Amino acid sequence: MMALLARDLKLAVRAGGGFGLGLAFFLIVTVLVPFGVGPETALLTRIAPGVLWIGALLACLLSLDRILALDWEDGTLDLLATAPLPMEGIVSVKALAHWITTGLPLVLAAPVLGVLLNLAPGGYLWVLVSLAVGTPALSVIGTFGAALTIGLKRGGLLLSLLVLPLYVPTLIFGAEVARRGAEGLEVATPLLLLGGISFGAMALLPFASAAVLRINLR
Amino acid sequence: MVLRVSNLEISRGGRAVLEGVSFALAPGAALILRGPNGVGKTTLLRTVAGLQEAEAGEITGAGESMAYAGHSDGLKSMLTVAENLQFWAAVFGRSEIEAALAAFDLRELAGRLAGSLSAGQKRRLGLARLMVTGRAIWVLDEPTVSLDAASVGLFAAAVRGHLAQGGSALMATHIDLGLEEAAVLDLSAFRARPRAAQGDEAFL
Amino acid sequence: MGRYVRFMSLWEYANPVKFIRTTDVVLPWVSVLAVLCLVVGLIWGFFFTPEDYRQGSTVKIIYLHVPAALMAINAWMMMLVASLIWIIRRHHVSALAARAAAPVGAVMTLIALATGALWGQPMWGTWWAWDPRLTSFLILFLFYLGYMALWSAIEDDDTAADLTSILCLVGSVFAVLSRYAVNFWNQGLHQGASLSLDKEENVADVFYFPLLVCIAGFVLLFIALVFLRTQTEIRARRTRALIAREQQG
Repeated sequence: MMALLARDLKLAVRAGGGFGLGLAFFLIVTVLVPFGVGPETALLTRIAPGVLWIGALLACLLSLDRILALDWEDGTLDLLATAPLPMEGIVSVKALAHWITTGLPLVLAAPVLGVLLNLAPGGYLWVLVSLAVGTPALSVIGTFGAALTIGLKRGGLLLSLLVLPLYVPTLIFGAEVARRGAEGLEVATPLLLLGGISFGAMALLPFASAAVLRINLR
Repeated sequence: MVLRVSNLEISRGGRAVLEGVSFALAPGAALILRGPNGVGKTTLLRTVAGLQEAEAGEITGAGESMAYAGHSDGLKSMLTVAENLQFWAAVFGRSEIEAALAAFDLRELAGRLAGSLSAGQKRRLGLARLMVTGRAIWVLDEPTVSLDAASVGLFAAAVRGHLAQGGSALMATHIDLGLEEAAVLDLSAFRARPRAAQGDEAFL
Repeated sequence: MGRYVRFMSLWEYANPVKFIRTTDVVLPWVSVLAVLCLVVGLIWGFFFTPEDYRQGSTVKIIYLHVPAALMAINAWMMMLVASLIWIIRRHHVSALAARAAAPVGAVMTLIALATGALWGQPMWGTWWAWDPRLTSFLILFLFYLGYMALWSAIEDDDTAADLTSILCLVGSVFAVLSRYAVNFWNQGLHQGASLSLDKEENVADVFYFPLLVCIAGFVLLFIALVFLRTQTEIRARRTRALIAREQQG
């Protein structure tokens, strides 16, 4: 397991793209928003938490198809399936590797990008916290979507169609934590719900992803 | 017997391809599967490896003692030869890769990125992977594809060494490896009679 | 199974051939009943009920809106049950029925959304509001789209059935989560349930009875469409199996 994680991280570092692409996309989305809605700082302050969440979510979505597709194409998944690792463990490690290479950088970049959007001073901490709690769910749900569409030639678009509705609860609670935090309101309830979704997804979805992967491998 | 397959029926793409396949593999023995393209060699090997389910029949003794090598080698081009092997050794809970590097003449290439290898060298690395798994039964699908004569010799020697240590091998291959001790099973004899696979049968 | 067995197990109908034979008999009756209920219910509702003192004639859209909304959810429920049956017992008819129900459910969701917009315009002064119920239905519609897209993207029938079943299970959990999330996110303008056992908030009897007839009509229509579409799916699969057999022989 650790070997798989270490290999995935090493590959992400060597291949470059892994870390950079999602971050660059996040930056571009954040920069484009003021062009779209206008530079008025009060408005930007108001929408900043939501924009940061949507930007992070889209940046995450962008890299989902790489979670499993590369290992599928070169036969690694076949060989892993015959190795003494449980499939549930394999998909969990894959999701974890995706989170470390994509989710974590987004979490750390979000406060910096918050400056561009004139995020309210109280919001920085809660944007960081909500993304830190919520992005693991995005990775785990995304791994499920990636497993579903793995054998398909044009799976990318379908992957987005399948995964985005599944992202709704995470986005709602995550953005709510960030918004309430930025407005100085109490955040405990949505934060607990967000944590519930995140932990629930981490605990249960790998079973679904593993089942899907086994079906796709046969 | 380390592996026994009895009365196996398998299908591919919704159609039965082979039925009544039975064979057994003893420690130290090798079995070579023959048959024309499309007869179901790959499907049979994948079924034995546990990657897909059989329609009927039984496979005993496989699972935990098997190492499978299919058409693709599962190599990462951004990792070196040694790193690729180390990864697979770690997956199987081991760490020793020197013997495998030596057996497939990969010592000088150990530090090179796998992406820079030729097709034949990659295949050798893929086969070396079998040795680092430490598993007793090798299940090989066309192992000699893109290997030159010298490399085929290396491979045959590796298989012989594996058998001598009490391992066994089940492989589909068309070329003669010079393994006199290997039995040959022609799968043409087990072609399924023309009919739909079980999934479709309910609809007829 | 001899001729003496009077009551067959329900699972007998999981055999495709048996299913086609049985539904061939039932289908005309269900269809006629569905049309009858819809004609009676809609005419009764549209022309023979008083206008609401507050909502005027727009209230009559409930005869389409409420049944469609009910069926939009029930169709997904049916797909969930059918998916579970496929996963547990691997009856092909079950998987194909789930596949057959999806477009019907999606259209029901669209009808509910469109009639809701028509109703909402005069009532709330806007075609669309991010009201929790409307939003939930929009999300449900997205789930239907994804489910159908996955079905059509995978070539192998059994693999598609397996994968869509798991998607349906996971999707159901997330659909419920979304429902609560959306409620949390916006408390909404939508009126309470039109139908409930609690008489207090129920619609008046004059509207109630034609509404029941319309709901019965929608249920029957749904059954008829699902039967018909399942038959089509079974026949398509049968054709493929026959062609496969020809080619092999």
